[in-house]
Amino acid sequence: MARHLINAMVNGDRVEFVCGTGQTLLDVLRGELHLTGTKNGCGTGDCGACTVVLNGRPINACLVLGAEVDGSEIETIEGMAQGGELHPLQQKFLDHAALQCGICTPGILKMAQAYLETNPDPTETEVRFALAGNLCRCTGYDKIVRAVLDAAAEMRASET
Amino acid sequence: MTDRHAGSGLKSRGTKTLQDMNYEAPTSVEAAVAALAAADDEAHIFAGGTDLLVQLREEMIRPSLFVDIKRIIETRTITVDDTHVRIGAAVTGAELSEHDTAKTLLPGVVEAVELIGSAQVQGRATVGGNLCNASPAADSVPALIAAGAVAQIAGPNGLRVVAVEDLLAGPSRTNLSGNEFVVSLDIPKPTTRSADAYLRFIPRTEMDIAVVGAGAAVTLDADGICTASRLALGAVAPTARLVPAAAMAMIGKKIDDTVLASVAAAARDACNPIDDKRGTVAFRIHVAGVLAIRAVKIAIERAEAK
Repeated sequence: MARHLINAMVNGDRVEFVCGTGQTLLDVLRGELHLTGTKNGCGTGDCGACTVVLNGRPINACLVLGAEVDGSEIETIEGMAQGGELHPLQQKFLDHAALQCGICTPGILKMAQAYLETNPDPTETEVRFALAGNLCRCTGYDKIVRAVLDAAAEMRASET
Repeated sequence: MTDRHAGSGLKSRGTKTLQDMNYEAPTSVEAAVAALAAADDEAHIFAGGTDLLVQLREEMIRPSLFVDIKRIIETRTITVDDTHVRIGAAVTGAELSEHDTAKTLLPGVVEAVELIGSAQVQGRATVGGNLCNASPAADSVPALIAAGAVAQIAGPNGLRVVAVEDLLAGPSRTNLSGNEFVVSLDIPKPTTRSADAYLRFIPRTEMDIAVVGAGAAVTLDADGICTASRLALGAVAPTARLVPAAAMAMIGKKIDDTVLASVAAAARDACNPIDDKRGTVAFRIHVAGVLAIRAVKIAIERAEAK
């Protein structure tokens, strides 16, 4: 397997790593950069547990090659809290008990964060569609959707 | 390995693939063609990766080389001129749905592409990839065929042009040679009172594969007479297919219920589906007729609204 020297920005930090052609971005984040907050669920883009933001768009890190991200900007769950203060979405997930086992949570938080940037005032239906690519086998989704809507409201209020 | 999950991604066990697999990201069409020409038969064009990396993981493919075409400007841009909309093969679903002109001109193509996968998949999956993956149920393909899309194909002898309906050879098979790749898709710019639409049936509301897909495009004259039409179906045959008999039933007529009944009959006649967990042969044939009528009606509404 060929090896590739890659430079990228991860959560605002410049990183350099070497990866094989067959390593996914998920493999790289967890195995090379030790950012294990991004979870490995299905590995086939169905569950959304590995959702990170690549060049401004939420994607499944299991369906991206490490070799392709040279020069890219990547945001993971590790960059979500700022200076020890939880992001409003993270706080609302705690307040609403929107997680149980927690494996899906980092991916859902990153997807929700990216979605609220494009639609700060979504309906419940819109939130459910936006999160259709994130599977959760514990919560039944309802608390997740409420937490996202509540966080969106708080984020709108703090904007004004 | 410090993390037990880290290496579980894409390693093919016990094959030469692991050692031999390489990745290149050329920045020109010519360089991509040269990379393909220099490689063996196991080179793959790589765009969004949403199908290819799943196939790699499941060991359905053993690539020697991925030629990533996303750094080639022609594959990454949408351009609109007086006669055509040109969509680069590596334009993602998310990018297409954010392109207001494309959405206005080709609502059927855009709504079909938007149906592919989750938001995360939309951020990666490409129009050209959905076509060249050649799933019989690919959502974008009937819509592209209905809209009259032709593929611009690059190869060792330069560019050639093939209509989308002629590019597909069977499930997971295209008529591209190993040294060729699709650079972009050219779609005739719809004229006044001309519009397209796409509908699919799935048993859920989201995140599923088409049981039947129907793309329609119609052009009406000032009196509401249909002057041009194309209907295409997906998931009811080994490839998405154009249904010329449905167009024949519409052209020269005002599309009323009698005409629509003929369209549905033509759609049903064009079906050669399989039975699977998503639908039986009889169900797929029936739904093809229903969706054909509904897609044509939406295209007519859109054309009349122009």
